Amino acid sequence: MIRRIADNIYSPLGLTTADNYASVKQGRSRLCRYEGAMGLPNPFTASLFDWDQVERLDGYTRFETIAIQSARQALAQTTIDPASPRVLFVLSTTKGNVELLDAQAESFPEDRVHLGTAARMVSAYFGNPNQPLVVSNACISGLSAQIIAMRLIESGACDTAVVIGADVQSHFIISGFQSLMALSPMECRPFDIERVGLNLGEAAATIIYDKVDQIGADEWQAVSGAVRNDAHHISNPSRTGEGSYRAIRAAMGEMPAERLAFVNVHGTSTLYNDEMEAVAVNRAGLKDVPVNSLKGYYGHTMGAAGVLETILSMQAVDDGCILGTRGFEELGVSKAVRVSAQNAQTDKRAFLKLLSGFGGCNAAMLFEKGGER
Amino acid sequence: MTTKQWVKITPERVELNGEPLATTARGTALLTEIYRTRINDYPKFFKMDELCKLGFIASELLLQAEGDRHQDSEDRAVILFNRSSSVTNDRKYQDTIQRPDDYFPSPALFVYTLPNIVTGEIAIRNGYYGETSFYVLDAYDEATIRATVEASFLDGMTQSAICGWLDCEDADHFEASVYLIEK
Repeated sequence: MIRRIADNIYSPLGLTTADNYASVKQGRSRLCRYEGAMGLPNPFTASLFDWDQVERLDGYTRFETIAIQSARQALAQTTIDPASPRVLFVLSTTKGNVELLDAQAESFPEDRVHLGTAARMVSAYFGNPNQPLVVSNACISGLSAQIIAMRLIESGACDTAVVIGADVQSHFIISGFQSLMALSPMECRPFDIERVGLNLGEAAATIIYDKVDQIGADEWQAVSGAVRNDAHHISNPSRTGEGSYRAIRAAMGEMPAERLAFVNVHGTSTLYNDEMEAVAVNRAGLKDVPVNSLKGYYGHTMGAAGVLETILSMQAVDDGCILGTRGFEELGVSKAVRVSAQNAQTDKRAFLKLLSGFGGCNAAMLFEKGGER
Repeated sequence: MTTKQWVKITPERVELNGEPLATTARGTALLTEIYRTRINDYPKFFKMDELCKLGFIASELLLQAEGDRHQDSEDRAVILFNRSSSVTNDRKYQDTIQRPDDYFPSPALFVYTLPNIVTGEIAIRNGYYGETSFYVLDAYDEATIRATVEASFLDGMTQSAICGWLDCEDADHFEASVYLIEK
């Protein structure tokens, strides 16, 4: 069984998991409107670090810095020796140091734009001798990374996996999403009838896994996970939710829907994503399970999202809480789903996490607290 | 795991199961030559970026060698690795936003600034609903690739995979070493 040992969320809302959870539970967000930032001609709404508040590491880029800071905090909660060859670093990111391509960028060796080189900077900081594995599976990377980490532990390739999700925002990424007309000028409204697009965000998050024979009553287990493709279109989700539905079915296995406290969806607040997820969740027989999205607190943190949202969902279950979907008021999707608008109570101990992304990929992971299974 | 077919593509040469194919072009023109002489029924090929073209050609050659083209399926995964991620296309996109007096971010280019798009292109072409994954390493590393692919077969659905190395640094520097393997 794959057990969570430690975690950290390093975000504009806080630099520890506990601070992040407390902020989200109070309904706080750092989403704000920027005009003229990053040299972008058009305004945008995003959740960005105040970089003066981030402890920069000399010789490391912004991206590498937050990845290292997050992993350092998570590792500090454990007795793991990160320099051991039995520890594997798995890094989830979509664009890493892409900002270095900009002629105006901070000066770093050109090779750092390569994700593998950036990952090696992070793992080498901790003295780890292994080839770090970078998962670059668009927006589902944060779940893909946890799934391959589980499997590499199960197969005996490593004993411990340090899974880090991170992305920083830049002219490159924001201009691209603007060109796709995917951004909301206001704070995003997942699943709401008035949603018009997503907000981008920056964050790093780390979750550390190992393998045990028995899960303690208060320990978290990564039960199962799956990645499935829509086989439909490289940038538009399937209208039938094909890949997401198949990923949910594979991840849920024999788990009855009644055992789920909630489904934490991707919920980016684009018209098509939220509609597709409603179809997939409904098709998978989960229409009576509470659904929530955390994008209204952080925006879409890309490579960090899957790790960050998994950790917050674990915190919520620990606290007996179904977090509310900030920005949601009135259901604006064609299929019935029980979107949790406000924080609500739960005594259930399992949840399902979903993500979908460009390239038609979809991921689902099932987590459960305690050793019932 | 059993290797059923394998293909190797460099800017100068294409080998299928160890046998070189007769070709004349070089660089990305070589990919277009293979498309025209051996495929020619998928015009979307011409909209793809170089990484996707490389992956598309490699997968087509493997699947032609396999024989009967599979029906829609969920049991075949696409699991690819490289070093350069989507950096060829990242640079092209950066050129569209670099100068304020010539600022025209291209959505068609931006979509290809993710390396995993090629796994989606292969899934779409073949009706594969199975796992699609893309990993980036700081250098070619056979042991990591093998361990990761083997671990991926722990997904109970996956019975076979198109997998391997698919790197495109630019139009004149690329390498595909891709396999069709079965559990």
